[in-house]
Amino acid sequence: MMAVWARQPSRWCCLLNAARAVAFPRRLRSRGSTAQACREFAPLAVLPAGKEVVVWRLQAYRHVSLSSSPPDSAKDGSFSSPESHLPSVPQEQAKAEILPDLNAKILDEDWDDIPPSSALEEISEEEAVQIIAEPLLPLQSSTLRDYVDHSETLTKLVHLGVDLSQVEKRQKAGQLLLTLDFEKDIKKILLFLKDVGLEDHQLGPFLTKNPYILREDLEALETRVAYLKSKKFGKSEIAQMVSRAPYLLLFSVERLDNRLGFFKNELGLSVKKTKDLVIRLPRLLTGKLEPVKENLQVCQIELGFQRNEIQQIVYKTPKILTASKKRLKQTFDYLHNIMGIPHHMLTRFPQVFNSKLLRIRERHMFLAFLGRAQYDPAQPSYVSLDQLVSLPDEVFCTEIAKASMQDFENFLKTL
Amino acid sequence: MAAAAAELAGLFAVYKPAGVAWSRVREALETRLLRELNAAPGRAPRQQVRFLPTPAADGSGAVELVAARVPVLADHPLVRGPRFRRLKIGAGHRLDVKSSGVFVLGIGHGNKLLTDLYNCHLTKVYTVGGLFGKATDDFSDTGKLIEKTTFDHVTREKLERILAVIQGTNQKALLMYSNIDMKTQEAYELAVKGLIRPMGKSPPIITAVRCLQFALPEFQLEIHCLHETQQYLRKMVHEIGLELKSSAVCTQVRRIRDGVFTLDDALPRTRWDLQSIREAIRNCQLKVETELETTLGQGENSPLHQLDGYTAERAPQEHPQAIPAAQYGSEVPAA
Repeated sequence: MMAVWARQPSRWCCLLNAARAVAFPRRLRSRGSTAQACREFAPLAVLPAGKEVVVWRLQAYRHVSLSSSPPDSAKDGSFSSPESHLPSVPQEQAKAEILPDLNAKILDEDWDDIPPSSALEEISEEEAVQIIAEPLLPLQSSTLRDYVDHSETLTKLVHLGVDLSQVEKRQKAGQLLLTLDFEKDIKKILLFLKDVGLEDHQLGPFLTKNPYILREDLEALETRVAYLKSKKFGKSEIAQMVSRAPYLLLFSVERLDNRLGFFKNELGLSVKKTKDLVIRLPRLLTGKLEPVKENLQVCQIELGFQRNEIQQIVYKTPKILTASKKRLKQTFDYLHNIMGIPHHMLTRFPQVFNSKLLRIRERHMFLAFLGRAQYDPAQPSYVSLDQLVSLPDEVFCTEIAKASMQDFENFLKTL
Repeated sequence: MAAAAAELAGLFAVYKPAGVAWSRVREALETRLLRELNAAPGRAPRQQVRFLPTPAADGSGAVELVAARVPVLADHPLVRGPRFRRLKIGAGHRLDVKSSGVFVLGIGHGNKLLTDLYNCHLTKVYTVGGLFGKATDDFSDTGKLIEKTTFDHVTREKLERILAVIQGTNQKALLMYSNIDMKTQEAYELAVKGLIRPMGKSPPIITAVRCLQFALPEFQLEIHCLHETQQYLRKMVHEIGLELKSSAVCTQVRRIRDGVFTLDDALPRTRWDLQSIREAIRNCQLKVETELETTLGQGENSPLHQLDGYTAERAPQEHPQAIPAAQYGSEVPAA
């Protein structure tokens, strides 16, 4: 077996050299010396000059297609017929069909008798046909674009809707995808995700967000889902959580348990409400806890909300927990100190904290300019805070401000 | 790719809201434009010939290769990514965070025009709001309060007297930095035509200032100036307060004209989209070209320039937009 192993790389080496010799006549001299090395060391496993090249070459093939024959054949020492594998990337097949032929020819010849071929030497028609004119795949590349046409796995992922241009920006994600095989590694995860309840059209965006799930152990994923089920989350709820927070399933059971406990204790909500909160914003479970704690402190100490008010606010708009502290303070400062809105009104309409301060300010000043800034429900022509922030510009102008869009734009230019 | 981007080239103005950094405005515009440009259908992917395995026609179950043209997967939108990743958007004269107003931006070859426009050294017009009775560390109304003063003794006449003094001293500085000998025919001709202004670096120069509104404790000024910063204008309000034996803070700095771009040209936040920006670029094109022609074009070929060797770096110019400094001087009672 050892000898076979050794012969195989050397054969590859010669193949490579033959191809190179045609492509790069200038390398002739170095090629000659490599051929020398081949001649001397061919029966042994060591190939000082050629080895590195061979490894590269093999790796390139592994990138290309994991199910294709070269690496396999290197192991069992003979080329399996392309039909038995049925590789679905046709180019691979074409190549694989030619290669055994070429191989056999080189094998037939005695190693010592390889004539030093010259770039100027005329070659027969048959030989010319067998030269692979296709450029080699780049050994390293910053983008998956170079490989996508040659890799079955990547092709299938694209058809699934995975945005490779996004994935390749992630650390090590591109390499991960190249080393995976669709049938062997990816299919089981996809089936698992479908079992969890993800729709077909959600799989692509999901893998775009979290390609790392593909290297995760299936059993571990199953235990995490089982944990969520044991916490009485419904199937559709789990599907919703997983699709909204793709990293949820990468968290260990202990960590998930800790986090659920944290939200229950910190907010003092009932089990059902905590579950509700987490289902609506599963990002809470995957994000950091430190900012959440800080935001709660800001609400309580700096903004002066009561504990039960905070509960209500958080329950209505969980997003407030992940908002930036600075923005929260600025928005509150404007709403409370300049617009004069009391705490209990803010508790009733916590969604104002989600909108941009600039928007609130523009609209408030426009209403104030028109004399319509009246936020007290007890008095006539009351404008609710919800209407103030959530309506689109056109509707806001016509319905609330009773003015034209043009007026609003002109007003914006006076600020 | 270049075709769509080439259409989008030139100068336009937006209205920068107060409280937002100019770079954020630039970024917001870039993201909006990129979103719209990328939403448009892109080029069709390249085709390549591939040998696809298909079951043989004779039904024997064997697989044979059939040549077919298929789109190259590397050109798939999901693989290639968005067509446009960034746009070259350059900013003209900056506005700091607290100020608002006309803010000129250039796209594509407009960036080159921005440099030319900068070399024209055109005046800018601001409306500046002031409030008597307070002084803060950064001269704006949101800064840390340093002192409170009375302001009952301030009258409009006293304010306008100070403004006239400011205008007078700045007029002298203007003449000094514009590098023109006042005893020459050239200087006379320039002064008759309009504005003599420095064509190189100079400290901030106020070419005209007047009081728009005066209702104690508030007042509003209109300031025409060159080479200013917004903070300089705030400081000016502060100094006016001190001169009036009171103190004042600046409540608003709003640019209503930047060179040839007026308030009407500026797009408000609600209209920062591809179509409006294209229109704005088209509408402003002529104005910008005329201005560059009269200021820079004439500077190189002017007969004066050729006659007079030592005026090499200054460019005599005619300036239809700028308001002559003398115009307001006559309205204000002499100090």
